[in-house]
Amino acid sequence: MVYEILDDSDMCAYYDIENMPGNSPKEAGLTTRFQYLDDESIRQKLITFSDGTSSKVILKVPDMHCSSCIWLLENLYKLNPGILASTVNFLKKEIAITFDNENLTLRGVVELLASIGYEPQINMDSLEQKISKDSDKDLYLKIGVAGFCFANIMLLSFPEYLSGGEEIEPQFRQFFGYLSIVLALPVFFYSSLNYFKSALNGWKQKMVNMDVPISLGIITLFIRSIYDIVSASGAGFMDSFTGLVFLLLIGKLFEKKTYDTLSFDRDYKSYFPVSVSRKTPEGDEIIPLEKLQLGDRIIIRNGELIPADSVMINGEAYIDYSFVTGEAVPVKKVSGEIIYAGGKQVGASIEIDVIKEVSQSYLTQLWNDQVFAKKQESKITTLANSISRYFTIAVVSIATIAAIYWLPTSVSQALNALTAVLIIACPCALALSTPFTLGNTLRIFGKNQFYLKRISVIEALAKATVIVFDKTGTLTRSTRSNVEFFPVENKYQLTEEDRSAIVSLARQSSHPLSQQIFASLRETPYQPVQDYQEFPGEGISANVNNRKIRMGSSAFIYHTNTEITEEHASVVHAELDGKIIGYFKIENLYRNNLPGILKHLASRFKLFLLTGDNDREKPVLQQLFDNKAILKFSQSPFDKLKFIRQLNEDNEKVLMIGDGLNDAGALKQSNVGISVSDDINTFSPASDAILDGEQFHRLPDFLEFSRLSLKIILVSFGISFLYNFIGLAYAVQGMLSPLIAAILMPVSSISVILFTTGATTFFAKKKGLWGTQPKKEDV
Amino acid sequence: MSVIIFLIIASLFVATGFLIAFLWAVKTGQFDDHYTPSVRMLMDDRKPAGQKTENNNKIENKNTGS
Repeated sequence: MVYEILDDSDMCAYYDIENMPGNSPKEAGLTTRFQYLDDESIRQKLITFSDGTSSKVILKVPDMHCSSCIWLLENLYKLNPGILASTVNFLKKEIAITFDNENLTLRGVVELLASIGYEPQINMDSLEQKISKDSDKDLYLKIGVAGFCFANIMLLSFPEYLSGGEEIEPQFRQFFGYLSIVLALPVFFYSSLNYFKSALNGWKQKMVNMDVPISLGIITLFIRSIYDIVSASGAGFMDSFTGLVFLLLIGKLFEKKTYDTLSFDRDYKSYFPVSVSRKTPEGDEIIPLEKLQLGDRIIIRNGELIPADSVMINGEAYIDYSFVTGEAVPVKKVSGEIIYAGGKQVGASIEIDVIKEVSQSYLTQLWNDQVFAKKQESKITTLANSISRYFTIAVVSIATIAAIYWLPTSVSQALNALTAVLIIACPCALALSTPFTLGNTLRIFGKNQFYLKRISVIEALAKATVIVFDKTGTLTRSTRSNVEFFPVENKYQLTEEDRSAIVSLARQSSHPLSQQIFASLRETPYQPVQDYQEFPGEGISANVNNRKIRMGSSAFIYHTNTEITEEHASVVHAELDGKIIGYFKIENLYRNNLPGILKHLASRFKLFLLTGDNDREKPVLQQLFDNKAILKFSQSPFDKLKFIRQLNEDNEKVLMIGDGLNDAGALKQSNVGISVSDDINTFSPASDAILDGEQFHRLPDFLEFSRLSLKIILVSFGISFLYNFIGLAYAVQGMLSPLIAAILMPVSSISVILFTTGATTFFAKKKGLWGTQPKKEDV
Repeated sequence: MSVIIFLIIASLFVATGFLIAFLWAVKTGQFDDHYTPSVRMLMDDRKPAGQKTENNNKIENKNTGS
């Protein structure tokens, strides 16, 4: 049956299974690995809905990447009749499965997915209740209502525009007027609700944000229109009012661009496992991580993550901290040594005793720092908000002066002028220029694989004065290294057969160095291997085509301790048929054109480097930075955080660029944290922006373009002020007619929208940031 | 002329119908995922083995090619 389904789908599914040789469902790991899903407390947290007979669960499946995956995953019911329905959301890489409680358990569902190559991602994070993301839906609803009312009121106001109200029969006029009041009610009480709330919040915190003058304008428009219509003294401004709200909401929609599969708010919980196997006198059991206690003895198998700080008890530990620090070479630990949480065991199983709680461990306690408790929003005072204070004061004083001026003449004229000023000065165009400029910039950056969390990040980018870099994984590439072969005798050349043997062997091991050798010789065809053996921390050996091949450390190959070392690089020796043929030199590769980028940035910013590494690469780095940066080595995650905090206290605007979990504190503390990732869909700590590693060299362009965007906003502010002055000239005289309002308001808004999007697009094209690659936005 | 009032009310009712349809569509999540359904509709419902027509194969091949 499985075969039939796979046969009918296509290569995609085949390919996934092909990629995992020997990883068939029957393998031992799978049968126990998901045991924790039988635990009732975990089960209840994962299942979203259950009625006695059937349950629904939503799982993240990061491995789905083509349309055939959708096909296969939506046909799960053919593989197991216990599955009633499965629906894929490809953009979010989620699958919703409804299954029959009698025939299938949650564990069974997950095992089924894992057996066909789509193992769902279940970590501590997925257990926590997700806040439903309904704000998007809410916005759509509000726009829908506002648009509907706007269009209808516009239609009813048309006679007014054409004739100036003179030729309409009074009965129609009254009817149209009352009808527009009815239509304006939902806009006032529903669609514009958020503006009132935000203005009130700002007011409470003694901050005059942009929403204060907007709310003032909206309320004045609404009340004055009702008065005009009811007293039959005019047609009211309901069309301008609803149009204004509609346009403002469109701006809100435009500034939101969410990248479904990217997550900007990850903490360690997204990476830690849900369960761990504990050793008890009665035997091994699998328990949920939250039930882990001090003093528990736990078993960590090959490839598993260490969940809490522990003491090594039994076995040979080679801990790969690449996940935390980006450092690829595993560290050897002997019994009695402390192992910090966050590392991955490479090699055989080990036993360890937990000495600290999960949340109190060396790495995870970083998240207990006050930075993570703070709300993010108040970090940046936006340009628009800082202007709006003066703007509001100016508008209110002009309105008062106009009212006082007219008061001796007549009270109604004074009120007329007062409301007219408040209406015309409602900063619609002003409020639209920021979302449209920055929203467009955000999309342009997205096209260049630079993904921002929200538009205010652009302002922070433009204002940065200091750039702090992490080294490993940020300045160097984490996935690709420079691999070079040095034969033991100069004349010896690797034959095609030798290469094939090396690749076949290297392919078997998950050790980072093996992986890099494999990656560098990817084009060479590989063959099946026999007698594969892995000696953790030493090397690997196997028979390929009846030739014995061994690769590993110099101690493993030469049986001596005389290390052959290369500066700034790792070395893997190779032996073929008992003869040592040479070694591979594996060097961290700095990113493309790094010196050029750094030189460019140094002319404008103060540069710092913080790295957890020791200072063995100091000379190289100093040269790279042209001696213009301050380099700090052996920094712990906390040191990094404190360093950024110090910079902040010195009134510097810090741009932090990092990649590992150890940078998480620094990324959060900085004004803008960019996490660089070579695979954007899988890994990145919490940050304001995610940059694809391949685009690192464009960083100066991005910074420059952010500054340019702010200038465009300033110019568009100028344009909208111009309209305001024209309008004010009418308003202070108390001569504002609905027609003028109905023309001025949309014209000013639309010209600002056209200008801002047009200007950003124009400059993006000029700077080559516009669609350089025809790649579709697949995030 | 007063028939206009009647006309406007009638047209408003029709328009309100469309508004409600839109609100319903948003609330039931029809705008949540705008990619998967576009692929889903291209997939054939599986016929019992042996009944595959040439036509079916062609479409499937197209799917693989993309």
